[in-house]
Amino acid sequence: MTADGGVAEDEEKWLAAGITGLQQNAFYMHRALDSNNLKDALKYSAQMLSELRTSRLSPTKYYELYMRAFDELRRLEIFFLEETRRGCSIIDLYELVQHAGNILPRLYLLCTAGSVYIKSKEAPAKDILKDLVEMCRGVQHPLRGLFLRSYLSQLSRDKLPDIGSEYEGDADTVMDAVEFVLQNFTEMNKLWVRMQYQGPAGKKERREKERSELRDLVGKNLHVLSQIEGVDLDIYRETVLPRVLEQVVNCKDELAQYYLMDCIIQVFPDEYHLQTLEVLLGACPQLQPSVDIKTVLSRLMERLSNYAASSAGVLPEFLQVDAFTKLNGAIGKVIGAQADLPVAGVVALYSSLLTFTLHVHPDRMDYADQVLGSCVDKLSGIGKVEDSQATKQIVALLSAPLDKYNDVNTALKLTNYPRVMDYLDHETNKVMASIIIRSILKNNTVISSRDKVEALFQLLKGLLQDADGDYDEVDEEDFKEEQNSVARLIQMLHNDDPVQMFKILTIVKNNILTGGVKRLPHTVPPLVFSSLKLVRRLQSRMESGAEEEVVSETQKIFQLLNQVIEALSHIPVPELSLRLYLQCAEAANDCDLEPVAYEFFTQAYILYEEEISDSRAQVTAIHLIIGTLQRIHVFGVENRDTLTHKATGYSAKLLKKPDKCRAVYVCSHLFWTSDPDGVRDGERVLLCLKRALKIADAAQHMANVTRGSSGSVTLFIEILNKYLYFFEKGNPQITVTTIQDLIALITTEMQSDSAIPDPAANSFLARTKQYIQFQKHKGGSISEKYEPLQI
Amino acid sequence: MNYLLGAFKPASHISIVFTDEKNRKKVPIKKENGQTVMVPLFQSLENIVGKPVQGKKIEHNGIKVELLGQIEMYFDRENFYDFTSTSLDEELDVPGELYEKKLNPFEFSTVEMPYETYNGVNVRLRYVLKVTISRGYAGSIIEYQDFVVRNYSPPPSINNSIKMEVGIEDCMHIEFEYNKSKYHLKDVIIGKIYFLLVRIKIKNMDLEIRRRESTGSGANTHVETETLAKFELMDGAPVRGESIPIRLFLSPYELTPTHRNINNKFSVKYYLNLVLVDEEDRRYFKQQEIIMYRLAEDSS
Repeated sequence: MTADGGVAEDEEKWLAAGITGLQQNAFYMHRALDSNNLKDALKYSAQMLSELRTSRLSPTKYYELYMRAFDELRRLEIFFLEETRRGCSIIDLYELVQHAGNILPRLYLLCTAGSVYIKSKEAPAKDILKDLVEMCRGVQHPLRGLFLRSYLSQLSRDKLPDIGSEYEGDADTVMDAVEFVLQNFTEMNKLWVRMQYQGPAGKKERREKERSELRDLVGKNLHVLSQIEGVDLDIYRETVLPRVLEQVVNCKDELAQYYLMDCIIQVFPDEYHLQTLEVLLGACPQLQPSVDIKTVLSRLMERLSNYAASSAGVLPEFLQVDAFTKLNGAIGKVIGAQADLPVAGVVALYSSLLTFTLHVHPDRMDYADQVLGSCVDKLSGIGKVEDSQATKQIVALLSAPLDKYNDVNTALKLTNYPRVMDYLDHETNKVMASIIIRSILKNNTVISSRDKVEALFQLLKGLLQDADGDYDEVDEEDFKEEQNSVARLIQMLHNDDPVQMFKILTIVKNNILTGGVKRLPHTVPPLVFSSLKLVRRLQSRMESGAEEEVVSETQKIFQLLNQVIEALSHIPVPELSLRLYLQCAEAANDCDLEPVAYEFFTQAYILYEEEISDSRAQVTAIHLIIGTLQRIHVFGVENRDTLTHKATGYSAKLLKKPDKCRAVYVCSHLFWTSDPDGVRDGERVLLCLKRALKIADAAQHMANVTRGSSGSVTLFIEILNKYLYFFEKGNPQITVTTIQDLIALITTEMQSDSAIPDPAANSFLARTKQYIQFQKHKGGSISEKYEPLQI
Repeated sequence: MNYLLGAFKPASHISIVFTDEKNRKKVPIKKENGQTVMVPLFQSLENIVGKPVQGKKIEHNGIKVELLGQIEMYFDRENFYDFTSTSLDEELDVPGELYEKKLNPFEFSTVEMPYETYNGVNVRLRYVLKVTISRGYAGSIIEYQDFVVRNYSPPPSINNSIKMEVGIEDCMHIEFEYNKSKYHLKDVIIGKIYFLLVRIKIKNMDLEIRRRESTGSGANTHVETETLAKFELMDGAPVRGESIPIRLFLSPYELTPTHRNINNKFSVKYYLNLVLVDEEDRRYFKQQEIIMYRLAEDSS
């Protein structure tokens, strides 16, 4: 059993004993009440209340006891009331209850009688209240005093000499009411604060917790103050607020200061806060350094923001009192006053201020920038922020404008934005950058000016470059995720004016080229495609004139492209570079820039020769090269020959026979463009196909030798299909006979002993034959062509 | 009832009836046997008028009524000090036979009774009417009738407050103030205690009313102190700068006026004792004398 458990158990016992004592005396009291015996009623009620003199109960348990006494006192109060109606003088009664020897019961009774006294209106409410609140000083024990005064507060709530109340007094009546509540509040707060200094030091934590449970008793007074009708702005400004703040500041207690500041903010109307902002804020730097002022101020600003949002009509008020400047100044002072305020706190404060100004003055970007600037000032000198709490706050701070405007352009206008971001450590910087990008993507923000792009990239440094010095282990997935977002971002940069757009692209280039080997593969492709998009746009302009200009622009773009892809190829990521070169070549083709296209092809070929060694990669590459080359029409004969020759050469050098075979038959397309005016060299087509057949045959043999069975005839069938294609396209070299021979060959192969049945090949062949049949019956010129073909 | 009781008493039963008994205020006094009886109340220089009443016919050699003021010391029971001279004796009747309703009234005019009736711990001061019926052989029949004397004073012309600063060096300094130095019996003590320095953990603070009764003189002086009231002023520990109000109604307590050197036999003084109790139950106190006086009822 822990010591605490024992205490709790004992406490239960003590509470039970207290309740029993209380009930017993309450019983006698009831009897006295029933028989109208005032003397006994007083005697037993005092005894009953004596149970509240205990020091053994924790606040929660004491409260339980108090509530029971409270209920009993209600009955006594009714009795007092009846007693006065029966002719007993309330003044005598008021004296009589004070004969009790013990102070606590005496004061409970006095308050109860006082309540009746006020109701009787035989004396002004203010005098009675004043007397009560003064007499209550006799109880200096914090817990008992708090409950006693809370009882007083409870009883007096509806009896304050407020304006419009039936207890309203003379001219200063409101002040009397205010004075009373303030005094009770002050005394209660003093008692509450004192609690923490009493008892053994070891149990401080527990005491703090208990105190915390009692805070509402104190705070209630502020609530009462706010409910007094007569408290207008003037009284609030001149009396209520200064007095309350004085107490708050002077009590020098962390818990109380925090709670009460919050109470003030929550309880009184926004309008008052706005008009007394200076006073309220003036108190903040005077609070204890450990007080969580940032939360307090945040709440205040939050409230004011909501107030501003509630109606447009109040905005002039904000301007009139210059709320922003005051808040900004106050925050500066708070930070100055609290030397050991953690960085997180500093940033949180500015974060709230920023939220406030964004809500209240959405049009005043200078305010927002000012906030960030102040934040930078405070951060300067501490270097990168390492504390995770603080970085989180900075991220929140920087996210605020993005969330508010949903437009990164606004953030880019804030000159201090990047300066704040500089204080983030590398990791968080990346997080922040991702947030920025996400915001852009989410809102489809188009960033269209050079400056903005420059600024944006400044912000995104973290994603674009490695951190200085340290090379932490980075999760591959995360890294890809980041870089993907950068890639997506590049696509969002757009300007309708090609010249501007080109400038943007140049900036992008400059920024990404320094990104290092790991980033380039992610960042270069979007740049390339974005550039190509621009090229295409320029092309479409070509038709509307301004040719020269366009050509020079286009060339510049291609230069840029060349540069970036080259950078990429050094990494090396040859496959990717090769693809990009080919893309560019095609684009150059569309622009009729033969030398450019040729250059790109050359680069691609060099890459192929020097860098691509993996055979599978080679196959893919060769197919890409062939495909691209096939579509390009810009080349002159010589260039074209060189390139096709090279391509066929590469094909023939592939390692695996089937790959080789396929590459070779694909090469046939290089000699037969779909464009009737383009290259149409039937002979060389046939040559290619024949070579392919040879290779297929060789593959078959090789299979026979090495495995004892001939390989699939699939290659033959594929070649047959190529034959049919060129046959249809009207290649004079492909005749019915050649096709028929091939079909025969295939059939023989399939029926040979060593052939293993291959259902896929069978059906492939069947489908091909079916196609031939279909073409035969289709009618028209095609049918005529196919007519002689016998299967 | 009285009549029946009287029937079994010795034949010599006699009592005194005051003329204005119906209208005269009566106050309780405690008899020696512990019973409380109501007796008439007089003040100095009043006329005390009445007549003896007795139930049976007796022969006598003369009837005498005396008004006596006596001071009785409890430690010295045998000796009464009569301070009122017997010259107030009055012969009621010449010797003869005494019948019912045939008794003559007596009247003591404007008797000077400077001292109040007082019932203390070691001393009492009482007033009696003594009726003596002298009989030759059977001895005299003597009967006493108590009555109470209270004397009223006007409010004092000078009544300063009591104000004092006391303390224990570096431990506690307080300043207290009682609004008056002279209080009447139904008065209210108003005041405050101001804590200038508190380094002691105080548990509570009481205000006591103490009565100091001294009897005898010289080496034979007996002093008896009683605490008549214990009134809690403060619960818990105050901090520096705190001021605690005092409001003590005196009416619930059985107080008497201050008596100074009554007939050189005794004195009764009153003190206010301010007691602070710390958490270790140590008591710190400061005692101050106050003068009590009796203000005429109607004005108090």
